[in-house]
Amino acid sequence: MERIPILRMGRVLLVTIQVDMHDQLAVTLQDDLTAKIVETGAGGVLIDISSLEVVDSFIGRILGNIATMSRVLDAQTVVVGMQPAVAITLVELGMSLPGIRTALNVEKGMTLLQASMDADEVVLEVADASLED
Amino acid sequence: MPIRSAQDLVLVRQAVRTWSAELKFSLVEQTKMVTAASELARNTLDYGRGGHVTLEMLQEGLRKGLRLSFEDKGPGIPDIDLALRDGYTSGGGMGLGLGGARRLVNEFDIVSKVGEGTRVTVTRWK
Ligand SMILES: Nc1ncnc2c1ncn2[C@@H]1O[C@H](COP(=O)(O)OP(=O)(O)O)[C@@H](O)[C@H]1O
Ligand SMILES: [Mg+2]
Repeated sequence: MERIPILRMGRVLLVTIQVDMHDQLAVTLQDDLTAKIVETGAGGVLIDISSLEVVDSFIGRILGNIATMSRVLDAQTVVVGMQPAVAITLVELGMSLPGIRTALNVEKGMTLLQASMDADEVVLEVADASLED
Repeated sequence: MPIRSAQDLVLVRQAVRTWSAELKFSLVEQTKMVTAASELARNTLDYGRGGHVTLEMLQEGLRKGLRLSFEDKGPGIPDIDLALRDGYTSGGGMGLGLGGARRLVNEFDIVSKVGEGTRVTVTRWK
């Protein structure tokens, strides 16, 4: 079966969507990513959609599902590289992609993820410290 | 073009992209038309039990346009106003397909009869 590859870079899982995804491919990606977050204990997911020329409500929903699921598994999702024409169309379609954080490109997305993963760790350390007290 | 499988949705998107580009639609116009087509084709597949779409290039004086007509012989839509409402879905969708597609085109027409089927026609002018 055709699959979208998931790369691991440190604590981040990186997905680059390069094709017009048919529905099953998108659903498979959602399942694969969930499994991979659990398996690797990843703290972040970066989805690069810069090659994606169409995001309809189905793909929008999948992106939202991925963000929600990763949050449940204690990982952050950032979607990067949305083409301006796609962004304009999504607004008119009525999809605001709630709960999905976006960044201009992979580099900025990585910075954003790193910052929020570091922030999570600080919270954990504070929690640990207060437990020790 | 037939709309019988998820793979057909990909082919419909590609064809609408090609035709929109041929009509020299801007990138944003192309994207809107392809996205509307994707929504309507998925409805034809999911709710209309499959059907087909007809693509038509229009010329009215100096004006050029693209018309897409999605037809199925499915169960039909009992309440069109309700179906058009943002957030309404009888399946597990986002309920944005019909209303969203209407916003993404210049002309939108829907004819549906319960027990007979549905035809949604959309037009975008250059
Ligand atoms: N071709 C069709 N045949 C029958 N019912 C349809 C058709 N297209 C749309 N509908 C009905 O209209 C509702 C709204 O459609 P839509 O706005 O695309 O939302 P969604 O696809 O997320 O359900 C559908 O849930 C369905 O009940
Ligand atoms: Mg729909």
